Amino acid sequence: MKYKAMTAFAALAISAPMLFAGGADDDTLSIDGEVMISKTAAPAHMAETGIDTIISGWHFREDDTQAMQTDTFDNPGMIAVDQAIDAWNTVEGTAEKSCASCHEGPESLAGVRAVYPKWNAEAGEMRTLAMQVNNCRTEQMGAEAYKYDGAQMTAMEALISVQSRGMPVNVAIDGPAAEYYEKGKEIYYTRYGQLELSCANCHEQNYGNYIRADHLSQGQINGFPTYRLKNAGLVQTHNRFRGCIRDTRAETFAVGSPEFIALEVYVASRGNGLSVEGPSVRQ
Amino acid sequence: MASGVKPRVKVPKSASAGEAIVIKTLISHPMESGQRKDSSGNPIPRSIINRFTCEFNGQSVIDITMEPAISTNPYFEFEATVPEAGDFAFTWYDDDGSVYNDTQSIAV
Repeated sequence: MKYKAMTAFAALAISAPMLFAGGADDDTLSIDGEVMISKTAAPAHMAETGIDTIISGWHFREDDTQAMQTDTFDNPGMIAVDQAIDAWNTVEGTAEKSCASCHEGPESLAGVRAVYPKWNAEAGEMRTLAMQVNNCRTEQMGAEAYKYDGAQMTAMEALISVQSRGMPVNVAIDGPAAEYYEKGKEIYYTRYGQLELSCANCHEQNYGNYIRADHLSQGQINGFPTYRLKNAGLVQTHNRFRGCIRDTRAETFAVGSPEFIALEVYVASRGNGLSVEGPSVRQ
Repeated sequence: MASGVKPRVKVPKSASAGEAIVIKTLISHPMESGQRKDSSGNPIPRSIINRFTCEFNGQSVIDITMEPAISTNPYFEFEATVPEAGDFAFTWYDDDGSVYNDTQSIAV
């Protein structure tokens, strides 16, 4: 009995500092000297969540990982950006056009990443950035669509994201987007899998704490596509969603599925106000 | 033949004579080790960059032999003392015989 009480005490003593050691750090994120908004007041629609400050995932990572993102040259995700610039200027498809034929330089797409996913009134659908890129490819260029989460698509997303770097995320959730917002919200709070975990269990109720060795962030997606050191490659938003749901030991939704599109609208809107960081660097 | 190989180098534009400067180099390359197998179980042949050199005005600054355990997109950061204005020449040697070059000038 006494032994048990002692181990319980010891466990408490060990876990107590861990509980308080977490949380976001107070560093300032600047990329090539340009200061990012990596912490700011939560948007009004998040009042019911109890989160008053939204925090970029950058603040939850180790110093070494953080440093890689502060210099464009050190950011391995920028290799994909270079590759996408080549793709941008490559003529493809039956219309014999490249991205540059219509859009000129990629800098013309500044601000695009910040507002996606975005309702397309003409087509009557909610479009993620990847869907829009593929729409351009099939409708304007007469080229084959990229695989939704393939390397070419992710690289193109990275190139488009860099143009908006530093701009605050501003995803619309009113009008036709409201339906997607509500659906995404429902998914966010639904417990999935054998572990019965919802997105909110980790990223709303426990950010800053550790889940085993992993430091939980708020699950913000302003830095996507993200270069993950463990993958040695870029990861898309929907890849990350799938990975999270898989880790709850559930059957996941497919990349590019209506469920993930709705979830992306909802999660992106939770980051309204944070700077676009993509491609960011994470563990 | 590795595709999409692109060397990138960052050298300061200018320095004072005798100053030690930091040079960063990065080359995109799959660095296939030769140890992995494809989906049907056949070994994927080794394809790596096996040597990297940096010369300043013809004088060797660094000469590195790379082995298969080096990860994709090898990155090197090192310091060099600049005695005078001149050119840094960077060379990467691929297993398949390809040679990738880059040159950066520095003023004093």
